Amino acid sequence: MSAPANPLYRLVAALILSIIVMVLDQRTPWAAPVRYFLGALTAPVHYIAHLPVDSGQWLTEQAQSRSSLLEENQRLQRKSLILEQKVQRLAVLEAENVRLRELLNSSADLDANVLVAEIIGLDADPNRQELVINKGAGSQVIKGQAVLDAQGLIGQVVEAGPLSSRVLLVTDASHAMSVQVNRNGVRAVLAGTGQAGGLRLLYVPDTADIEEGDLLVSTGLGQRYPRGYPVATITSVRHQSGAAFAEITARPTARIDRASHVLLVQRSPQPARQAEEVTDEG
Amino acid sequence: MRDDRPAGTGVLIVTLFLAALLEVIPLPDAVNWVRPEWMLLVLVYWVLTLPRRVGVLWGFFVGLYMDVLTGTTLGQWGLGFSLGAFIMLLAYKRMRVFTVLQQCAVIFLLVGSVSLLAYLVQEAGGRTLYPPYTILYSSLASAIVWRPVCALLRWVQLRFIVR
Repeated sequence: MSAPANPLYRLVAALILSIIVMVLDQRTPWAAPVRYFLGALTAPVHYIAHLPVDSGQWLTEQAQSRSSLLEENQRLQRKSLILEQKVQRLAVLEAENVRLRELLNSSADLDANVLVAEIIGLDADPNRQELVINKGAGSQVIKGQAVLDAQGLIGQVVEAGPLSSRVLLVTDASHAMSVQVNRNGVRAVLAGTGQAGGLRLLYVPDTADIEEGDLLVSTGLGQRYPRGYPVATITSVRHQSGAAFAEITARPTARIDRASHVLLVQRSPQPARQAEEVTDEG
Repeated sequence: MRDDRPAGTGVLIVTLFLAALLEVIPLPDAVNWVRPEWMLLVLVYWVLTLPRRVGVLWGFFVGLYMDVLTGTTLGQWGLGFSLGAFIMLLAYKRMRVFTVLQQCAVIFLLVGSVSLLAYLVQEAGGRTLYPPYTILYSSLASAIVWRPVCALLRWVQLRFIVR
C-alpha cells in the first residue's frame, strides 16, 4: 500500500481551513451553526459518559430500605413546610417591594421561570472551569442564561447545543461579574481564578467596608445575571501597605463540585440592542 | 486474490467515538493531568495502518469534532490533528520497523507537539492558566498507553475486517 499522491496539498488545505474556522469562531458568530450541528454528535458521548453515575444513583435508590425512605420523606416534608411558610411571607414582601418600586418610579423585578437540568459532564481540560448539562436549545436554553444551584449562582450558558449545553463557571479565569456586598451594598467586580472554588474581588479600595464572611449577591448590572442571587462569601481580606487595592478572596456559595442538578433561569426575551451590548461580557 | 476494497468505515468511526468517550469521562482533578489524548492515538493508529484511506482530512474532521466535544476554539484541535496525521503519513513506513521504545518515543513527541500547538491557540485566545510544561504529563501517558491501544485496535481491525 502506498500513501495518497500528495498529502501536502491536503495538509495546506486543512491548515488554511483551520485558521479560517478559528478566526470565524473567535471574531464572528458565523461558526455557531458548525458547533450546533456537531453538538448533536457530541451530546450522546456526554450522555453515555455519564451513564455509570446515573446507574450508580439508580442502584442506591433501589437498594435503600423502607425505613430510610420514610425517614427521608419525613425530613423533606418538614423542610417543605418550613419553605412554604417562608414563601408565604415572600409573596407579601414581593408585593410590597413592587409597590415601593412603583413609588420610586423604577421598574419592577420580574419573577423568573426556572428550568431544571442535570450535570452530565465536567471539563477535562484543567485550564477551563466548565461543565455540560443535559438541556439544550431543544428545551429553550439560550446562550447567556444564568445557571444556579440551590445555594447560589454557578455560571452562565456559553454554548447551547441541540441536546446539551456548556456552562462557564464563575470560577473560570476568563469570567468576571458585578456583585455587591449584601450587608451594605458595596459594589465590586468578582473574577474567577481558574481554581475550583477560587474567586477574587478586583479593584477594591483598601478602605472599602468588606469583611470576612460577607455575602456577595449579583447586582444585575451587565444584564447577564438576574439581580439578587447569592454568589460567594468572602474568605479572606488582606490589606497590604503600598498596594493600591485590597487583596480579597471569596468562595462560591453554590456547591459546584457536589451539585448534580442545576437550575436555569428563564428570562423574558430582551430587546436585540441590549443583547448585542452584553455579548462581550463574561 | 487479495481483496483491497475499503471496508469497515463504521467500525473505524465507532472506535473514534469510544475514544471520545474516554476523552470526556469524569475523572478526579489529579488524574485529569495524565489523561492520554485518546482521540489522537486512535487516529494515529488508523493513519499508520490504513494510510491510503485515513489521512489529513480525517485528522481535520476528527479534530473539529474534538473541538466541539471539549468546547475549545473551533479549529484548535483541527489544526493539530491534521498536522499529526500528515506527519504520520510521512513516517508510517518507518513506524512499522521501529522498536516498541522508538514507537513510544515518536508518539510522545507527536502528542506533545500537537498539544503544544493547541496550547498556543488557546494562549492566543487568553484561555490558558497553567504553564505549557503540563502538556508533558498527558504526552507521557499517551506514550505509555500507545502499545495497549495498538494491540486492542489491531484486534478490532482483524475481528471486524477494517481495511
